[in-house]
Amino acid sequence: MSPVRKASALLLAAALPLALAGCGGASGGGAAGGGTTVSVFAAASLKAPFTQLAEQFEADNPGTTVTLSFAGSSDLATQISQGAPADVFASADTKNMAKLGDAGLVEGSPRAFATNVLTIVVPPANPASIGSFADLANPGVKTVICAAQVPCGAAAKTLEQGTGTTLQPVSEESSVTDVLGKVVSGEADAGLVYVTDAKAAGDKVREIRFPEAAEAVNTYPIAAVRTSKNKDAAAAFIAAVTGSEGQQVLRGAGFGTP
Amino acid sequence: MTFTLDAVLAARRFEVSLSLEPGETVAVLGPNGAGKSTLLSVIAGLVRPDSGRAEVDGRVLFELGAGMHTWTAPHRRGTALLAQDPLLFPHLSVLENVAFGPRSAGVPRKEARDRARHWLAEVDAGELAGRRPGELSGGQAQRVAAARALAVDPDVLLLDEPLSALDIHAAPLLRRLLKRVLAGRRAVIVTHDVLDAYMLADRVIVLEEGRITEDGPTRDVLRRPRSRFAAGLAGLNLVPGTVTAGGLRSGDGLDFAGQHDDPLAPGQAGVAAFPPSAVSVFLDEAHGSPRNSFRVTVTDLEPHGDQIRVRAGELSADVTPAASADLGLAPGLEVYFVVKAAAVSIYPA
Amino acid sequence: MGRPRGNAYSGIPRWVVAVAAVGALLVLLPLAAMVARVNWPQFIPLVTSESSLTALGLSLRTATASTALCVLFGVPLALVLARGDFPGQRLLRAFVLLPLVLPPVVGGLALLYAFGRQGLLGRSLEIAGLQIAFSTTAVVLAQTFVALPFLVVSLEGALRSAGSRYEAVAATLGARPTTVLRRVTLPLVLPGLASGAVLSFARCLGEFGATLTFAGSLQGVTRTLPLEIYLQREADADAAVALSLLLVVVAVVVVGLSYRGPAPAGTGSRPARSAGGQGTA
Repeated sequence: MSPVRKASALLLAAALPLALAGCGGASGGGAAGGGTTVSVFAAASLKAPFTQLAEQFEADNPGTTVTLSFAGSSDLATQISQGAPADVFASADTKNMAKLGDAGLVEGSPRAFATNVLTIVVPPANPASIGSFADLANPGVKTVICAAQVPCGAAAKTLEQGTGTTLQPVSEESSVTDVLGKVVSGEADAGLVYVTDAKAAGDKVREIRFPEAAEAVNTYPIAAVRTSKNKDAAAAFIAAVTGSEGQQVLRGAGFGTP
Repeated sequence: MTFTLDAVLAARRFEVSLSLEPGETVAVLGPNGAGKSTLLSVIAGLVRPDSGRAEVDGRVLFELGAGMHTWTAPHRRGTALLAQDPLLFPHLSVLENVAFGPRSAGVPRKEARDRARHWLAEVDAGELAGRRPGELSGGQAQRVAAARALAVDPDVLLLDEPLSALDIHAAPLLRRLLKRVLAGRRAVIVTHDVLDAYMLADRVIVLEEGRITEDGPTRDVLRRPRSRFAAGLAGLNLVPGTVTAGGLRSGDGLDFAGQHDDPLAPGQAGVAAFPPSAVSVFLDEAHGSPRNSFRVTVTDLEPHGDQIRVRAGELSADVTPAASADLGLAPGLEVYFVVKAAAVSIYPA
Repeated sequence: MGRPRGNAYSGIPRWVVAVAAVGALLVLLPLAAMVARVNWPQFIPLVTSESSLTALGLSLRTATASTALCVLFGVPLALVLARGDFPGQRLLRAFVLLPLVLPPVVGGLALLYAFGRQGLLGRSLEIAGLQIAFSTTAVVLAQTFVALPFLVVSLEGALRSAGSRYEAVAATLGARPTTVLRRVTLPLVLPGLASGAVLSFARCLGEFGATLTFAGSLQGVTRTLPLEIYLQREADADAAVALSLLLVVVAVVVVGLSYRGPAPAGTGSRPARSAGGQGTA
């Protein structure tokens, strides 16, 4: 194994020097143009509020640029552990943050800055007449949820156990976006997504709130990355997110307060 | 009961009218691009003319033109095609190749194979039945292709330069074979070899720029060519007669020594063929080696390329202009035509 | 690099070989890197887990069915494109080949709008009692959609290089068009058809985007091996890597064993001649 890796490393170094140089350049971060750059890796569900927060942060801190990278939390965690140049990591679950913490890549202890709960979304006409969480298990209802391997699916599983309802989903997607897409397109009768996703989807879906949702609350942690070269700016951005202004923006997007 | 064809194909400037009696074989001669292959394709149904009509034994092959759209698909025409390239199906054995036509006509497998064996025997290829086309020589493949075409018993057999891809050893054998199988069969044979026309066809048509410029019995066309193309072809000296031990004796009693390409028996009908370029012209009878020396009277002189063609009755010779001047050649002059035996080929007629 | 085999002049400049080596590395290096990441002690349990085997089985079954559909529809399409002569032929070819360049997600969306519950045909199909959404049928449709061009391209090329002269001869021998197709055309292009089918099968095995968008992801129904890898990657990187290797091995075995590559020009469809073989008429 290790000879193979050594050989691959050698070949990589020999064949793709330009690509490597490109990566190295980006990880330098910081000093381009005299200003400071903060690279924020954030869970996909944070796209709207974090984009707004980043603009506000840049306005409050002249000379500082925020670059945002949105993806699934586990993707981001994998990228950071592979050496991607992140200064701040905002995860949609504690598990992926813990993964990075175990690898010694988290600076200090992560701070919870938002919560999210599941909600039911149905097509605007609500063809399967869904009114409660238990209705999702009705025969003939095409329900789409996240697979248990991803955070939104784990939350769904918790709800199933808590309510004693067994869902027979027609599909277990790898991301909330895919669940939402199936409902928006009318393929599915109902889907379980985060309230923030339902809010972002606007009137393309109808949201059916259900009280049991409070039994599975997802907590979003944020932390600076140990390998960051802009620790001060990273700390400032985290402060902005956890501060009152940041919390207001997050609540506006449908997130709860931890 | 005849075969008739009238076809116009504007894009290829092709306009031909032709008819064949049962059992008649027509040779089509003509320069490259004259429309010889188009003629065969039109008959076979592989090319659709703009207008015209064709009929074989009362069956309409096509009738096209204003308001007429009768069209018989190639597979219902009964016009088998033997091309320059044998085009044997490479994935089928020789036997299956020959049985292909009968099988396609719905003949049961065993009977189709029997028929295929019969035709393979006819073309002296019975022992090749089990081989794959890839294992055959060019001459063998073309013989098998001939058997395949004959096995469907076509109403009109179409041959597109069937000998031109063969080497000089294989061609005479196949030519003789075709002469045998074409006897009494209605066929159209496209060729560039006047010998094919002479040996295989009852009639010759010359096609130039998509039109028939000559049409008549083979000997008439070749002896009294009216078109320039036929005249060029007719240059080959062809002397019919009786085969002798060392060559051929012409009807006029002249003895030609020559090469027997085929096993010939003295007494049978044959033809001696030699090109004018092989004929030398002398004022006096030559003494010595060449045995073919004939006293002839010059009937005509004409330019032929950068040579002068000297005609003397049915024979002709090519000489350089300088030699012609030295000899003082003129119509009416008596000269000797001398040709080496090695340049004279004797064929069965 | 191996010792050159045979004595024939190859005429490849050294620099071409050098660039080719870099190109090969570009493909092999990531694969080698992946192999290096495999958790070998856990490899067998990971690839033989219930979900893995279910996904592999589903992938093999759907890819087989899709390849059959590709042959069913691709052979007529290739014939029409190679032999036909009609207005819009080039346009038809462009559209048939479109899935080659479309991002798979776009293909998935297009399929959704055609066969989905709210789609063009989906509603009629649903009335007829056919439900495609979230079914294995949807997976097969998605795979067929993306893999069909591979079969059509291979076969059309084979048909064109075989030419139509054998078919013309067969017709003059009295064979009906269907007989010509069955006994002459298809046997002649069989190697091309086989190559096309293998490429299609391989493409079906790897299909991901259109399936994810169009069919969903449910174990044993729509979650093929690529979707299983995508999901496992979220939870268990070792499992994802092990399954990826499994997929690579299956693809290499299938393609390596049966794909012979395009036939050299001018061979395969013409009989070899020992003497005097010369040009075409």
